[in-house]
Amino acid sequence: MKNNENGMPMKNPLSLQIDLAKFAPATEEEKRQQDVMSESSSFFRDGMKKLVKNPLAVASMIMLAIVLLVIIFAPMIVPYGYDQIISVEGKRDKGAKNLEPFAWSEMEQAYIDKGGKLFPHIFGTDAMSRDYFIRCVYGARVSLFIGLFASLIVLVIGVIWGSISGYVGGKTDLIMMRIVDIIYALPDMLIIILLSVVLDSILSSNNTGIVARLGSNMISIFIVFGLLYWVGMARLIRGQILAIKSNDYILAARSIGARPGRIIRKHILPNCISVIIIATALQVPSAIFTESFLSFVGLGVQAPMPSLGSLANAAREGLQSYPYKLVFPAVIICLIVLSLNLLGDGLRDAFDPKLRK
Amino acid sequence: MLLALATVFIICAITFFAMHAIPGGPFNKEKALDPATIAALNERFHLDKPLLTQFFLYLKNIAAGDFGVSLKTGRDIGAIIKESFAISAKLGGIAAAAAIVAGIILGCIAALTRNRLPDRLIVFISTLFTAVPSFVLATLLLLVFSITLAWVPVWSAAERHYLLPVIALAMYPMAYITRLTKTSMLDALGQDYVRTARAKGVRRLLVIFKHTLRNALIPVITYVGPMVAYILTGSLVVENVFTIGGLGSKFITSISNRDYPMIMATTIFLAVLMVLANLISDLIYKAVDPRITFD
Amino acid sequence: MNETILQVKNLHTSFFTDSGQVMAVNGISFNLEKGKTLGIVGESGSGKSVTAYSIMRILADTGRITGGEILFRGEDITKYTERQMQKFRGKRCSIVFQDPMTSLNPVFTVGNQLMEAIMLHTDKRRGEARERAVEMLELVGVNEPRKRLKQYPHELSGGMRQRVMIAMALACEPDILIADEPTTALDVTIQAQILELIQSLQKKLGMAMILVTHDMGVIAELCDELIVMYGGRVCERGTVDEIFYNPRHEYTKGLLRSIPNINNMKERLVPISGTPINLLNLPKGCAFCARCDNAMKICLERLPDEISINENHKASCWLNIKDMLAAGKEVEERAER
Repeated sequence: MKNNENGMPMKNPLSLQIDLAKFAPATEEEKRQQDVMSESSSFFRDGMKKLVKNPLAVASMIMLAIVLLVIIFAPMIVPYGYDQIISVEGKRDKGAKNLEPFAWSEMEQAYIDKGGKLFPHIFGTDAMSRDYFIRCVYGARVSLFIGLFASLIVLVIGVIWGSISGYVGGKTDLIMMRIVDIIYALPDMLIIILLSVVLDSILSSNNTGIVARLGSNMISIFIVFGLLYWVGMARLIRGQILAIKSNDYILAARSIGARPGRIIRKHILPNCISVIIIATALQVPSAIFTESFLSFVGLGVQAPMPSLGSLANAAREGLQSYPYKLVFPAVIICLIVLSLNLLGDGLRDAFDPKLRK
Repeated sequence: MLLALATVFIICAITFFAMHAIPGGPFNKEKALDPATIAALNERFHLDKPLLTQFFLYLKNIAAGDFGVSLKTGRDIGAIIKESFAISAKLGGIAAAAAIVAGIILGCIAALTRNRLPDRLIVFISTLFTAVPSFVLATLLLLVFSITLAWVPVWSAAERHYLLPVIALAMYPMAYITRLTKTSMLDALGQDYVRTARAKGVRRLLVIFKHTLRNALIPVITYVGPMVAYILTGSLVVENVFTIGGLGSKFITSISNRDYPMIMATTIFLAVLMVLANLISDLIYKAVDPRITFD
Repeated sequence: MNETILQVKNLHTSFFTDSGQVMAVNGISFNLEKGKTLGIVGESGSGKSVTAYSIMRILADTGRITGGEILFRGEDITKYTERQMQKFRGKRCSIVFQDPMTSLNPVFTVGNQLMEAIMLHTDKRRGEARERAVEMLELVGVNEPRKRLKQYPHELSGGMRQRVMIAMALACEPDILIADEPTTALDVTIQAQILELIQSLQKKLGMAMILVTHDMGVIAELCDELIVMYGGRVCERGTVDEIFYNPRHEYTKGLLRSIPNINNMKERLVPISGTPINLLNLPKGCAFCARCDNAMKICLERLPDEISINENHKASCWLNIKDMLAAGKEVEERAER
């Protein structure tokens, strides 16, 4: 028997020896077995399968999980506070300035020699004798919190604005989108800086409650995100809604008398949920970037609260002597942003190949 | 076009009213100025007139190129911007050119060697650099190449070494353009008209450079506006890190000094530049893509 | 006038994708004679367009000819270098694509793209090429050709663009024209015009033509011979009359049942049930058996051989073999290549 290029055996020349029973009609069952289609699965499960198969996305999910675990549990384990000057047996340790990672100050060394137990300074200490590791952990907390919260603001405003504009259409749409166009054209970073400067002056005068806790600059970041950054999201949602609105099932829903609010909630939003999730996932790193940039410029969170950007900024002082102080927060920012970006890309590839732009 | 003008106007308005919202007015902060100065300032900025009138007078002055004087140095802000922007413009210009050229070349290489080693390498690097903030990159570059290795001298007014600051500024836009070029190139390569060109018997290289690249560059052009914005804001920190006396570091200094007229003037100046960049990228876009017509 | 200009022998083409090897064409053979028109019909995914692209060797990056020969005047073009192929494409063999909306480059003028085709294969200079382009546009019935040269594709209508595509394909007077569903994307009223145009130009220039379509009506109008494809294989081949009036493959019968018959409008249309097969996972038997009403056990297990029904007609269906066996006839041995 010869084999052709594909390795399939060539058919024998026909002969009368063929079993005539084989010419009996085939059953439906047998036919169905032949029909080897790729199995159909739900949109969500299909996407998840693709996501899990993407090694970069999985790696970034693991990375983010590690970061989250450290951020949540490290403050419970490490016996230092982010604003607390290291003290040994109740006495402030002035010598614990700028320690290298895992190094001890003289006082601490003496205490350990006496048999005392201390928690190591994993990243060393800073110029004000504070444990640098816990400061980085808190910095990452602050940065992530800002990223998530700012994205949430963007999400809420963008979705509401975009869905109203897209759903109502007509003149309303035109006016709402003109506003979006104008805001879109504003240079966001400059406005943030400007607003931070102004709010800093305004808010610093009434140092109470939430303002004092968060710092005026953090508030101004949120305000600016609320004012400016939602426009991209609004455009995206509007486009989605316009596309979905032309589908017949919306017409069907309207013809049986469903109210607009219900149509948006029940029919339209579920259909663009994947787009929304992906856009939000990609918004978080951009917010973190913005925050770290502002902190670096000196418009960041209120001291002594650290953020990754302000830590990196502070590290510039003794750059030559203590380069690791820059490296730690910088690497953490990069890791967080990188994994969020990769995760966002992975989500997009898995759930919405059309969005690949 | 109209949108650009509207944007500039809105920016001026935001800047102006934001500055005037600062309690106590911008000109009598903690420093106790003598009454004569205050009177002069009031006269200079027409503080005695209603706010709206002040605003339009300010607009008129800006239009004439008069930004007022710096509170810190007392110098004419227009002159400060002029001399410091010369450096920033050169830095930003080199960075933008480098980012575009390198980004397009790398993006094309990546698209043409899809899923092979060069592509994977380029994708890896560009993904990495889109996650590094410019200030981190700038500081690390300074630390490694200027201080530790001492290959590139530190910036000084006499000896201007553009290499490191340009790298720090250009890396992110370059990485972005690389990714953009790659996806749009792949998209264009899969288009029917590319198949048509091949079916005509056009050489492979010509197919890529004549029929594909021009289409693939259209999305890249739309990124030029945002890129200029990125480079301008990026220059704030990069100039600061490398102690370059450009407009960016002047801006940062004025922020930490709360030098309000200077902040105002610089903000408006930078914003106008960004709006201008958007306008130019729109114009190029329309020139390259015949499907878009002026309206 | 029986000169065979193109011979395709046992052609295999596959696409190597992330999810596996998609076997689009699995052993197609046919001959094309000078001045004749060969129709290839089949539904989407049957491998008809891939066959056409294989002949031009303009498959997508993932696609590769994995076996067989394509002989143009006795020369195997699958062994051509890329440089030789460039001379072959456009000069010897041209193609008109399905969708004129996307097949012209949006950023170049019509004239630019037409003249490019002309200058590639002749040593005409710009001015001469422009004259030739005008001539070609006149030939395909484009009004105001000089003005059209300066226009961009988006300024023309779909039918106009398809005329430009045809002008471009014929600019260098190729020996073979491949028309890949040339009218599918057009309005019905334009379709007839374009078909007529193609037919008259073919006569005028004496080209051989391969017409790829899923429209049986188009086939009946233009073709001399016909190949019916399913799952990347030939089901049935023969003259148009033979296949229309005496179909001998269940798939062909299904195709014919699913088109309206103007003489008998009361007759119900019968669609072919099921969906086209998955080319990632070809069954070992007849590709069509899962959708075939008369499938037999042997259909599931073995590929049927191509059996001559008469000198103008061949089909690959076990039912024919069964009939022959039942009639006690000796089944001829398939000529192995």
